Amino acid sequence: MDFHLSKEHEMLRKMYREFAETEVKPLAEEVDETEEAPMGTIEKMGKLGMLGIYFPKKYGGAGGDVLSYAMCVEELSKVCGTTGVIVSAHTSLCCAPIFEHGTEEQKMKYLPKLCSGEWMGAFGLTEPNAGTDAQGQQTTAEDMGDHWLLNGSKIFITNAGFAHVFVIIAVTGMTTDKKGRKRKEISAFIVERDFPGFSVGKHEKKMGIRGSSTCELVMEDCVVPKENLLGKLSGGFKIAMQTLDGGRIGIASQALGLGEGAVEEAVKYTKERVQFGKRISQFQNTQFQLADMHTRMQASQFLVYSAAMKKQNHEPYSMDAAMAKLFAAEAASDVTRRAVQLFGGYGYTREYPVERMMRDAKITEIYEGTSEVQRMVIAGALGVN
Amino acid sequence: MKIIVCVKQVPDTSGKVAVNEDGTLNRASMATITNPDDLNAVEAALALKDQTGAEVTVLCMGPPPAEGMLREILARGADRAVLISGREFGGSDTYATSQIISAAIKKIGLGDEDVVFCGRQAIDGDTAQVGSQIAEKLNLPQVSYAADLKKEGNTLTVKRMLEDGYMTIQVQTPCLITCIKELNEPRYMSVAGIFDCYSMPYEVFDYETLKDDPLVDPSTIGLKGSPTNIFKSFTPPQKGVGVMLEGSDKDTCDKLAGTLAAKHII
Repeated sequence: MDFHLSKEHEMLRKMYREFAETEVKPLAEEVDETEEAPMGTIEKMGKLGMLGIYFPKKYGGAGGDVLSYAMCVEELSKVCGTTGVIVSAHTSLCCAPIFEHGTEEQKMKYLPKLCSGEWMGAFGLTEPNAGTDAQGQQTTAEDMGDHWLLNGSKIFITNAGFAHVFVIIAVTGMTTDKKGRKRKEISAFIVERDFPGFSVGKHEKKMGIRGSSTCELVMEDCVVPKENLLGKLSGGFKIAMQTLDGGRIGIASQALGLGEGAVEEAVKYTKERVQFGKRISQFQNTQFQLADMHTRMQASQFLVYSAAMKKQNHEPYSMDAAMAKLFAAEAASDVTRRAVQLFGGYGYTREYPVERMMRDAKITEIYEGTSEVQRMVIAGALGVN
Repeated sequence: MKIIVCVKQVPDTSGKVAVNEDGTLNRASMATITNPDDLNAVEAALALKDQTGAEVTVLCMGPPPAEGMLREILARGADRAVLISGREFGGSDTYATSQIISAAIKKIGLGDEDVVFCGRQAIDGDTAQVGSQIAEKLNLPQVSYAADLKKEGNTLTVKRMLEDGYMTIQVQTPCLITCIKELNEPRYMSVAGIFDCYSMPYEVFDYETLKDDPLVDPSTIGLKGSPTNIFKSFTPPQKGVGVMLEGSDKDTCDKLAGTLAAKHII
């Protein structure tokens, strides 16, 4: 067992950090304030291969691995949670299901443009009455012979404001299971923004990750070509659940970066701030707080990297991703809150980035499955039911 | 078309400077970076590659760990890297270094269309001599302090930055250009470049590789071949933080006079 990163991963970390410090950090405050996605940064990331890190070069990807993707979201999120989730949702929730379940034609049509950033991607599962409980889906897809007709709406869709390609989950029929219960048959579709009948609705105003575009999707007799069914008919539930498993690695990485970023800021600040004639870093409370904060983030990193490596090696990783996300998200919320406390009154102002980090961190306990859902996944994997 | 870029690994001067007992820099104990001006030279080469499809070879003289820096430049988009490394070369000053690098460039070969790029100067020695000396030793026309450049056919039009203005001159290839930070904005490594850079062509030129070149003679290389003697290296004492006064009105002048008077300067 070797906990050292390879030379390539060390080099990637350096490149991500340079990019984050130079291109992302200076915009983070403005992105939060104006609630506008950093489109210029997205374009730059596309050129550098950061929007298709672990997909093969054949499909326009960078030919990297899942760990290098997790590290990218981590480094971006250290300075800007919004930029981190833009990359995470695009990669894990749109590129990944197309790569993992798409036909060769679908992959060749969509992945090169997604990996280059020419098109951005999003994923539409959540509805007012259905999130992780996918059986509650009300969006329908009707087979019209030569096309599909989608009707319904989705909410809280990350990247929706600027995405061009959406992986949409919809009900395609009803069936009766072995126990005689009626079950919805669910399928996945690749939907483009300019398909007739598709529109992007209300933009949510949020507590954190405010520059991330979170919108409603409306499909009114939306015409989707036959060939845009993703995976098998009625295979949508499996696609959705697998996509969320992968997405959890991305969100765990975002939480990891947010927590680590807050520790870095707090270490720097407490060494400068003088009270009672001492740097506040000289007080044992500060030292112990920071030691705990760093330890929690380091433990999160091991869980996140381990889940990423399992996905990379095609091992079962569903429970690992859930544990990584559960632990990293709760650590990030705790650590960013403690960072604000160490900053005192200044921490509560927008003069310093830690209050933003605290607001950004909260969502990591909620989206891609709440912490409670992660516990359900973990308990289920343990056979506790 | 071929482009050769000369780069140097230098101590990161934003950290602490360590000095050996003999007055030379203790490079092994200091964090290293690619010399900043050299990154502008790399970018100039890569931009010309984008335009012409030229092959970019990055060339460095230094100890074996400089490989990491060369791999990073391959990850930015260079095609091939050569490290000149050998105990015989250790302790070389600018004269001896340019002897050795010139021999290496001859070994790689320079055609009619080809260009050599160097950074203006390295942040450790600040001499700005090696690039120019290489040009002289290879009998190449040279343009220093390039702040802008265009290539059409075998002609390069270069805007040189001078202390009090610019000078635009044309030069025929093969030639050597030294680059300054105003020339361009160095690109980042790319993710795909990083995954490829350890499988790209990488060679080491040691003393054996270069010894047959007349420029590489025991009397012209290494510490023995270096006319420069270093007496002492040290970190200059830090100056206090300056105070900036904004404005051009009487109040500001009064404030300035008051500050100077308080320090008994006037």
